[in-house]
Amino acid sequence: MSDAAGLGDVAAADMGVTPGLGAGGGAGAARPGRETFRLFVRNKAAVVGVLMLAGVVFMTVAGPRLYDQDPKDIVARPLIGPGELTEARLGTDYLGRDVLAGVINGGATSLTVAAMAAAMVLVIGIGIGAVAGYYGGWTDSALMRFTEFFQVLPALLFAMVVVALFEPSMWTISFAIGVVAWPGIARITRAEFLRLKNLEFVRAARAVGATDWRIIRKVVFPNALPPLIVSATLIMGTAILFEAGLAFLGLGDPNTTSWGLMIGLNRGNFLTAWWSVTFPGLAIFFTVLSFSLIGDGLQDAYNPKLRGR
Amino acid sequence: MLRSIAARIAQALGLILAVMCLNFLLIHLTPGDPATVIVGESGAGDPELLEEIRAQYGLDRPFVVQLVTYIGRVAIGDLGESYFFNQSVTSLISARLWPTVLLVGTALSFAVAAGTMVGVATARRPESLLSHGATVLALVGFSMPVFWTGIMLVILFASTWKLLPVQGWHDVSYGEGVLANVLDVGEHLVLPALTLGLIYLAQYSRLSRASMLEVLESDYVRTARAKGLGERRVVYKHALRNAVIPVVTVIGLQFGALLSGALLVETVFNWPGLGRLAFDSILRRDTSVLLGVLMVSSVMVIVANLLTDLLYTIIDPRIRLRERSNV
Repeated sequence: MSDAAGLGDVAAADMGVTPGLGAGGGAGAARPGRETFRLFVRNKAAVVGVLMLAGVVFMTVAGPRLYDQDPKDIVARPLIGPGELTEARLGTDYLGRDVLAGVINGGATSLTVAAMAAAMVLVIGIGIGAVAGYYGGWTDSALMRFTEFFQVLPALLFAMVVVALFEPSMWTISFAIGVVAWPGIARITRAEFLRLKNLEFVRAARAVGATDWRIIRKVVFPNALPPLIVSATLIMGTAILFEAGLAFLGLGDPNTTSWGLMIGLNRGNFLTAWWSVTFPGLAIFFTVLSFSLIGDGLQDAYNPKLRGR
Repeated sequence: MLRSIAARIAQALGLILAVMCLNFLLIHLTPGDPATVIVGESGAGDPELLEEIRAQYGLDRPFVVQLVTYIGRVAIGDLGESYFFNQSVTSLISARLWPTVLLVGTALSFAVAAGTMVGVATARRPESLLSHGATVLALVGFSMPVFWTGIMLVILFASTWKLLPVQGWHDVSYGEGVLANVLDVGEHLVLPALTLGLIYLAQYSRLSRASMLEVLESDYVRTARAKGLGERRVVYKHALRNAVIPVVTVIGLQFGALLSGALLVETVFNWPGLGRLAFDSILRRDTSVLLGVLMVSSVMVIVANLLTDLLYTIIDPRIRLRERSNV
């Protein structure tokens, strides 16, 4: 509905991404990839983000093997504070389950669901955005109306309805998140395709007889990648927050442990047992923060002129 | 101008129609008998009621007839019955609408006002400590799950320091009278609104900072400075108007997300709004209420989008003028 301000800017503002990140981007035009990498590595915040994410992934993958404690087992009396027990260093929850084990094992669900949802968001968003931007005209208007429709649905509420009406499983939850989170990506992709499609190298490809499908895939898409990579990183963060929100409301997969579910289950006790909600929340926070930092770093690296904005 | 407003209103009505169709599809795509879905678990045991629903919604008639019947009912404000409460969904929702509007409105006003202020202040001194602090805060604000932020704020302000109430929106300890009521609700509103506002405060400060930096480099600002205008006048009178345009854009676009955040915040604080209602209806399997909340919330987002579009034309006269020359 916001035709007034220009859809390109809207799309970018939507994701917090700056429009028109150029192809290649970096100052050293000869090897743009390497230049981007150099700028990214020099960015302290981005490196911190990578290390943080590596820590979370390590905890999720290796943690359950190093700390062999089932998060569903009752190990001690309920609501014991952190540091008081050796068998539950971060304390116990309202049933007497080990909070540390929950934090370690909760990441797998969050990360898997987020990755599946992000993959779905990218497929739908890039597909629709690319077709709309490349073909323009009525195809564009029709697809943008469609996108707009999904943008006015309150995402979490729609996801709640989908999960409540169908069985909550990792698949339905990823599907619910994927269905509501793609419009941002579609708008960015469309804006990039609109910008690129009449540039000389695309016209050249058309002149030598390349098919539309080939041009979209091999000529335009690679040049539209930088802002999409940035958005994909941020989408991972959003998807994790989403999954946590649904799980907090009790709409997560009931058979798995997840950070959001831990907070939701311990909600009635948080005034007496702050540790049961604080640590899972910190885990969500650091995971999302790592993706935000990486996304920011990539953005700066792809477009050094905009650094710090 | 009038024609473009009419076009946008028509577009909004089209979107509302699309939401109705979606609601209808959700009822029919759900595994099981649509009549059971409509009445929810509490009504499904009653075969007479199921028959009545089938007749009422025309569930034995062709699909298209059903769709038209459904849209006709919703269009006159009939969102069905809650068989849990034995009350119409419309009346349930209208009782819960204002708390949500109050929460979202307060949070949004706070976020926009404070966010723009921080954004402008940091754009004027991009290398200051405040500026770097604001960048970090924006990242932190974006990365915290909103329900967790709420819980942490309650632990701090309501439990540790005992400054504000933990939850709910009314307290019997307050006396009668309008003023007491306002103070009562106001006190209960602080934490939920702050929780919800903080995320957007973070985003808006970042956004207005970026656009302010850009605007401050533009030619017309240089001209204003060259004329010898004071810095204050240049920033607040000339630059600010253009710098808030992206913020307005994003308010419209993010309103759905804001409402989603409000649902979570309401659940944390037991705030008796639409989110709490949706949450409870899921627990009660009261599907008609849940779908009603989805319908009403989507309409709220559509209306908010329409309002931001109109707001543009006030803030940015270029849009108004461009449209006038087109007509």
